[in-house]
Amino acid sequence: MKKTFNPGRFLVLVLLCLLILVSGYYAFQNAADREEGIRRGLDIAGGLYVLLEAVETGDQEVDDEAIDRAIAVIRNRVDELGVAEPVIAPQGDDRIRIELPDLDDVEQAREIIGRTAMLTFVGPDGEEIVTGANLTRARAERQPEMSPYPFVSLEFDREGAVLFEEATREYFGEPIAIYLDDEKISEPVVRAVITDGQATIEGRFDFEEASQLALLLRSGSLPVELRELESRLVGPTLGQRTEEIAASAAAIGLVLVLFFMIIYYRLAGIIAGMALVFYISMVLWALTYLPTTLTLPGIAGLILSIGMAVDANVIIFERIKDELRSGRTIRSAMESGFQRAFPAILDANVTTLIITVILFTMASGPVRGFAVTLFIGIICSMFTAIVLTRILLRLALKSGIIGSGAYVGVKI
Amino acid sequence: MRFYFIGNRRKAYLLSLILIGAGLLSLAIFGLNLGIDFTGGTVLQFNLGEDVSMEEVEAALEPYEELEGAVVQVIQGRDLSGEPTEEGLIIRGPVMSEERRMALISDFRDRFPEMTGDDLRVESVGAVIGAELTRQALLSLLVAMVAIVAYITFRFEFKFAVATIGGLLHNVIVVLGIFSILQMEINVPFVAAILTVIGYSVNDTIVIMDRIRENIKHRKRKEYAEVVNDSINQNLMRSINTSLTTLFVLIALLFGFHYFIGSLDLIVFVVALILGVVIGTYSSIFIASPLWLNLQEVNLSLSRRRKAA
Repeated sequence: MKKTFNPGRFLVLVLLCLLILVSGYYAFQNAADREEGIRRGLDIAGGLYVLLEAVETGDQEVDDEAIDRAIAVIRNRVDELGVAEPVIAPQGDDRIRIELPDLDDVEQAREIIGRTAMLTFVGPDGEEIVTGANLTRARAERQPEMSPYPFVSLEFDREGAVLFEEATREYFGEPIAIYLDDEKISEPVVRAVITDGQATIEGRFDFEEASQLALLLRSGSLPVELRELESRLVGPTLGQRTEEIAASAAAIGLVLVLFFMIIYYRLAGIIAGMALVFYISMVLWALTYLPTTLTLPGIAGLILSIGMAVDANVIIFERIKDELRSGRTIRSAMESGFQRAFPAILDANVTTLIITVILFTMASGPVRGFAVTLFIGIICSMFTAIVLTRILLRLALKSGIIGSGAYVGVKI
Repeated sequence: MRFYFIGNRRKAYLLSLILIGAGLLSLAIFGLNLGIDFTGGTVLQFNLGEDVSMEEVEAALEPYEELEGAVVQVIQGRDLSGEPTEEGLIIRGPVMSEERRMALISDFRDRFPEMTGDDLRVESVGAVIGAELTRQALLSLLVAMVAIVAYITFRFEFKFAVATIGGLLHNVIVVLGIFSILQMEINVPFVAAILTVIGYSVNDTIVIMDRIRENIKHRKRKEYAEVVNDSINQNLMRSINTSLTTLFVLIALLFGFHYFIGSLDLIVFVVALILGVVIGTYSSIFIASPLWLNLQEVNLSLSRRRKAA
């Protein structure tokens, strides 16, 4: 069958290809940006991961409240470090997971997290009055009939009550600063001499702020012991070097794959190459704009998926060749090739998807990142193979540049 | 061009049995070289900023008795232009407390003033976590297999699922066996690699199974051996091309990690994937598909016998 050249369709095809290349370029530029681009895991960006376990001490058992207090202390310290997106979260019943990306001084951060919380009440002359060890209770309360503002009530033990009475007598009308570690968390002015160890801190805060303050006060008074279960610290330079190498390897691999596809499948190979470029930009966009984190195994998964993304195209092209050999015209060979390739592509990909879902639910850390990346990769590769390759091949056919089987690498 | 895969299946079975046997034997005797992710321990990686002798490093480590028996290894990286960078140092030992690790780092800073501040890695995993990760890894392997059997039974039939799982177990055992023989240290990313190997081999097998299913439908006389052989042949170029393209990228990655970074953890991951792709392609042609044929024949002779009785 002789095909006539259709310049209109050909132009559409060329424009579409150009669009794909341009969008690929921007997707890459966008993703490569270390600040705005793909969120990098700690193993690439550098940072600190610590898993702590709360251990019962003599007078403090591990319950949700104790974990909350410990988290409040750590958050308080991490805020001082100025980390962009810290994760400090409970895990299971008695664990705390800390993830601090993009740290300048990872060692300092590790050291700060490890310290035991220290609560001190300090007079205006810098003299220490009491410590958190003497504080038995701190709670946010509200008494609407007396004041529109909530307050924090404190209770000291006997020793603390005596010390506090002396201090309130001495510093009457002056401020007493309360420090958690080295940070001042409150500085109330003494308005009464406290004789029974029952004090209140009043201020123009809302209930949430009062609760937060009470939590910080309790944190310093009843610390649970935190034991390290796991700690991973990666300097930013090491991670960046690895990323650069992996990206270069991906580029070289991609060129090899494109070369192979074009030699083996000719014009269809070029179309598969376009689909591959589009696939990669889709994955990069997805990774940039979805709340995902790219880890090193994730990069490897991504690179692996480049090789596998070609698979759907290979399956389709081999099917088209089969149909051509059995004597069909190129047009009907293409359509039935797509149709017959579909179940194989679907089943093969769904099983891999199942595995990524299992990995995501059961694993943690970098492996989880790997699962997410592979999942996104599979979805994108199915889409490009089934939708985009088809559109491009049809356009190529209609524009008349594919006239016979020779253009997909079949000798007849 | 047509190959008689089915006719030669006994040879393939024999080869695979030898591979599996050797692998299992090595696994039983030597086991796997489990890294700190599984056993617990500490890894310290520094860039000392200068070439130092092993004696100097050992002297620096001397006060840290808990590191006795630790493995100290020098790694050589390169920058992107291929110039060798300063030598790096990897120390693998038992679990160290946080204070001791920090003390060691500042000790090293004093001894090796050129040591860079941000080109380092310090990882410590407690034994509890190691045990949990091992359990997690094994459990996820098991769940993945059950899920795959369920899906294939649903989409194809149970015999296809059994054959696929047969090929899959073959692949996993052979890869694990090779890692046991080579004694390469494995960590958590290795689990991800093994699961990917599973994914790849199932993927590869299913495409052939799909052909078999289709060819059975279109044939009147059901000569199963011929159907299977045809299906493999029709699919041969796809099997080869897909594994080739995947290998291209993986080998580029292997070369990059090995030549430029020289760190073993990542290399292990990529080596596992390369082995998985090669063995996976082999097994879906020579093991899984013939296995389905055998199951089918057993099934047929059973039902024939039932009819006769």
